[in-house]
Amino acid sequence: MAELRVEQVSKAFDGVPVLEKISLQLHEKELVALLGVSGAGKTTLFNVISGLLLPEEGRVYLDGEDITGKPGNVSYMLQKDLLLPYRTIEDNVALPLMIRGEKKKEARQKVQPYFPEFGLEGTQKQYPAQLSGGMRQRAALLRTYMFSQKIALLDEPFSALDTLTKSAMHRWYLKVMEQIHLSTIFITHDIDEAILLADRIYLLTGKPGRITEEIVITEPKPRRADFNLTEEFLAYKRQIIEKIGEVREKSL
Amino acid sequence: MRKKFQSITSKLWAAAALGVILILWQAVSMAGLVPNYMLPSPVEVVQAFLSELPLLLENSRVTLLEAALGLISGVAVGFVMAVLMDRFDRLYKALYPLIVVTQTVPTVAIAPLLVLWFGYEMLPKVILIVIVTFFPVTVGLLDGFKSADKDMLNLMRSMGASNLQIFRCIKLPGAMGQFFASLRISASYSVVGAVISEWLGGFQGLGVYMTRVKKAFAFDKMFAVIFLISVISLLLMKLVDLLQKKCMPWENKK
Repeated sequence: MAELRVEQVSKAFDGVPVLEKISLQLHEKELVALLGVSGAGKTTLFNVISGLLLPEEGRVYLDGEDITGKPGNVSYMLQKDLLLPYRTIEDNVALPLMIRGEKKKEARQKVQPYFPEFGLEGTQKQYPAQLSGGMRQRAALLRTYMFSQKIALLDEPFSALDTLTKSAMHRWYLKVMEQIHLSTIFITHDIDEAILLADRIYLLTGKPGRITEEIVITEPKPRRADFNLTEEFLAYKRQIIEKIGEVREKSL
Repeated sequence: MRKKFQSITSKLWAAAALGVILILWQAVSMAGLVPNYMLPSPVEVVQAFLSELPLLLENSRVTLLEAALGLISGVAVGFVMAVLMDRFDRLYKALYPLIVVTQTVPTVAIAPLLVLWFGYEMLPKVILIVIVTFFPVTVGLLDGFKSADKDMLNLMRSMGASNLQIFRCIKLPGAMGQFFASLRISASYSVVGAVISEWLGGFQGLGVYMTRVKKAFAFDKMFAVIFLISVISLLLMKLVDLLQKKCMPWENKK
């Protein structure tokens, strides 16, 4: 059963088309990458799915229910961690619960069990400024997870991190996903990251943004630590680079 | 440790500069370069301060009361205005230019009018202080509200947050820094405002005391009260700093 379905979504800003007839699906417990160059409308697509923007055409369905233009159904994490500097980590993480109207005390208690799982044990009473970039990103991810345990949209979740932290985060992320089974779409412009993490990759090319290819990564999970050094990995990478090249040539 | 040491040495420089100025001043007075009744020496000022202390304290009590009442009401007015103007854009467009104009009118010019309208009691003084103190608070808070991160607002909306929740969780705490910066300015304005309004009519207070000693050509007492007023302003600003540390604990943990 498809959890999230985007059907024929088109969006334009001031008459300039940004998205053109985008259709995609996210199945339960799946990790899907949205791979594309900058300016291909990836973030706009997320804004449509999350309900912040109303598309000119097309609908978004969650479990068969129309959620087009209705915020509050899927959780959304932006590139910046956007933790509130004046709230402790636990209060940042509990924010979605408080917005839903839960009491501060209850909300705090509810988030506690997830701290060890997300590698954040001991940071509850600290402020974001006291944490490293990787830790802050984890906290932001936990907050995203606290909002909705069904669907998460992650907009370039790791792109602000340095290369070494990033690869550590990739390994950590795959491990966490084994436990919490969150259905996720994440945006990236990093081909390696997409192949390494995703079950499926949608290739989004501009302009206007169109889905030109769907690539299934058949490598089973949990994936080998050196998956990115294997022949299979390189084959996927070659395939994607060729596809991007073809589209480029056509558009030139 | 090192940081503490640095802050002590930086204070030492300021203290040394002050010391040099005082010594020069004393030297000028003792050498008779300026007639003594025009510029009393620092030692004479201190003597005047000590001998007048009971009277100064009694008058400061009145001035401080006016300043406190005015400041509290001014901050309250400034806060409400900022919240309303942030919430309703039309109100912002309508009122903002007017508010700026109120600040171009010199305080000394409206004070006599206020005295004529409201008498010699406390009310006109408090009103004057409200007029001078609400402005920094309104502008500071509005700036703070408007500088809220657009992505953060989007994130809150994607979570289904209401306008009130966005205000309480994002805008208000995000504007605290600007609020306290404005409050520091308003606190010192409140004392100056009280003194100026007392100049123009009143029975008690440091401003009244000032006019009295001026008429008596008691310049040593004049300097003593000037000194006292700046000490009071400094103490008030320090108080705002302490309040800020208390209200913004996250700032201390960086």
